[in-house]
Amino acid sequence: MTDAMPVGDRKPLAPPVDETGALGWARKNLFSSWGNGITTIVLIAFVVWVLSWFLEWALFTANFTASTGAECRGGGACWALIREKFRYIFFGSFPYEQHWRPLFAVITMLAMLVLSADRRMWNWRLLVIWGLGSFITFLLMFGQIHIPLSLILFVALVGGGIGLSLRSVLATPSERMAYYALVAIGAVGLVLRIVGVLPAWSIAIAPLSYVETSLWGGLPVTLILATYGLVFAFPYGVLLALGRRSNLPLIKGLCVGFIELIRGVPLISLLIMASVMLPLFLPSGTTIDKFLRAQVAVILFAGAYIAEVIRGGLQSLPKGQFEAADAMGLNYPQKTLLIILPQALRVVIPPLINTFIGFFKDTSLVLIIGIFDFLNTANQALVDPNWAGFPGEVYLFAAFIYFIFCFSMSRYSKYLEFELNKGTHR
Amino acid sequence: MAASARDLSKVESVIQLKGVNKWYGQFHVLSDINLDVKEGEKIVICGPSGSGKSTLIRCINRLEEHQRGDIVVHGVTLSNDVKNIEAIRREVGMVFQSFNLFPHLTILDNLTLAPIWVKKTPKKEAEEIAMSLLTRVRIPEQALKYPGQLSGGQQQRVAIARALCMRPKIMLFDEPTSALDPEMVKEVLDVMIELAREGMTMLCVTHEMGFARAVADRVIFMDRGEIVEQNEPEEFFANPRNERTKLFLGQILHNH
Repeated sequence: MTDAMPVGDRKPLAPPVDETGALGWARKNLFSSWGNGITTIVLIAFVVWVLSWFLEWALFTANFTASTGAECRGGGACWALIREKFRYIFFGSFPYEQHWRPLFAVITMLAMLVLSADRRMWNWRLLVIWGLGSFITFLLMFGQIHIPLSLILFVALVGGGIGLSLRSVLATPSERMAYYALVAIGAVGLVLRIVGVLPAWSIAIAPLSYVETSLWGGLPVTLILATYGLVFAFPYGVLLALGRRSNLPLIKGLCVGFIELIRGVPLISLLIMASVMLPLFLPSGTTIDKFLRAQVAVILFAGAYIAEVIRGGLQSLPKGQFEAADAMGLNYPQKTLLIILPQALRVVIPPLINTFIGFFKDTSLVLIIGIFDFLNTANQALVDPNWAGFPGEVYLFAAFIYFIFCFSMSRYSKYLEFELNKGTHR
Repeated sequence: MAASARDLSKVESVIQLKGVNKWYGQFHVLSDINLDVKEGEKIVICGPSGSGKSTLIRCINRLEEHQRGDIVVHGVTLSNDVKNIEAIRREVGMVFQSFNLFPHLTILDNLTLAPIWVKKTPKKEAEEIAMSLLTRVRIPEQALKYPGQLSGGQQQRVAIARALCMRPKIMLFDEPTSALDPEMVKEVLDVMIELAREGMTMLCVTHEMGFARAVADRVIFMDRGEIVEQNEPEEFFANPRNERTKLFLGQILHNH
């Protein structure tokens, strides 16, 4: 503190010359000794050799225009196969002349994902984006949507309930009245519907021809399974993680039991259970769509994994944070939503996105139960006898598409970490 | 000093502990604690580490649960009823050794959180209260920063302001200066002394004997889960009666 040296007058020293610039960097990192220098040269030679071979195959001698597999043979990569089959790979057995529908469904979903990646959207806008986006996506895919009365009543009940529990403190009297009205309408309506007073009435929105889920395929299937799988698995996982730390033995036991059970079996066995076993237990006459069953299996499976990731975040918080929130008189939901989760989720962004990426790829396991996701349609493209013998090209193409998605998620995780910790950096 | 200003025997009790006992497993951490705190009284609790002094004040707002005996805060007897506990916590502010500010919220949001969510104060009003309290602890210019950007002393002053935002009737301090660098202790103690002079009921676990001399009405010495001795500060420091108190005072006064 009492240092008398005039610090401000000192000239800042330039860093040592050999550590700056490209040359300096190369000398320091690649050629710091004879051994390192030789290793560097050998590795560069190897990379150049592999790359030149690959470019020769994939570009210079590749065939882009052949009309049958036979014309392709002998040269380099047969990209003509992708050209011929890309619509099947992307959209599967969806009626050919209707391919614009899955195309726009994919675009809608991508727009939805990109929009919700922006932090400024993390409020009521998110609900609007997902409500509207999901509606458009499924309207395009199905072509027709029938909204039964009971679903509308159920949404009213749940919406009013959520509004009451989350906004009970901040809502104005009229807003609170609206929530009560929603709950009342939903509850009374559902009871009347179940008793049979209200008819099985539904709103039909049917601008396009109906396409059932068994015809869906390709990228939209992968995107729907992964996106909605994770969107539902995330809150479910949060609840499981909170439940696992609960003081109530019953809730804790149920959550631990569920998580351990799900983690103890492979996803494939769960999918097979959902597709083969489940229908046996249902009363005859009722069927649940196979696609929906696979979707639920993915949600349950991902939920258990996400729960464990989030539990790690919850446990990383110092006890003092819980105590401070308690001491202020916050109740459990307030403490959890305002203090604990915002911090816990920040901590677990890297492992959470890691889990997301894993699940995005794991959705390809649905091919086991005959759902045509992106990898499965790529696989099917190889079956055509006219184009037999070019698996490399097709799988490389599929890998490329998967890579784009997974790499984007990975970069987004990095951005999110930076963005959320902006304020708290010193 | 502060004690002579008023006759405490005529004032109502705001905290009463009757035969309070607590165990951690086999370890008897609080044994038969009886304590009466009058409104406006300032009590300093000291004692060697592990003597149960932190546990004692943490029982008052139910951060710890006692197993036997009664704790009555503002006429409400502590029980397992959540509403009951939350009601008491609204009246009792607490300051921790490790500050425990919420790192993901700005200083202002740290202060307004409980008034808005627990007391349902309108946001604007809560912010006005928060700013006036930040001014009182002399750091209004830090309102929009995050806790991680403040020094320890500043963070602890924010923590005091945060507790005061709820307009508590009682303040509990759990070793508020123990985690601070020496040069920051004074700025926190000054705020606490000011608060004491304004008439707040305070229970402080601290080893700052200068603070005890300046504001305490009573100093309580605890050892092995018992209240060994209690007295007015003058008398407590000048003529400790119990051997354990003498030994303890010898040790900590020696270090200062």
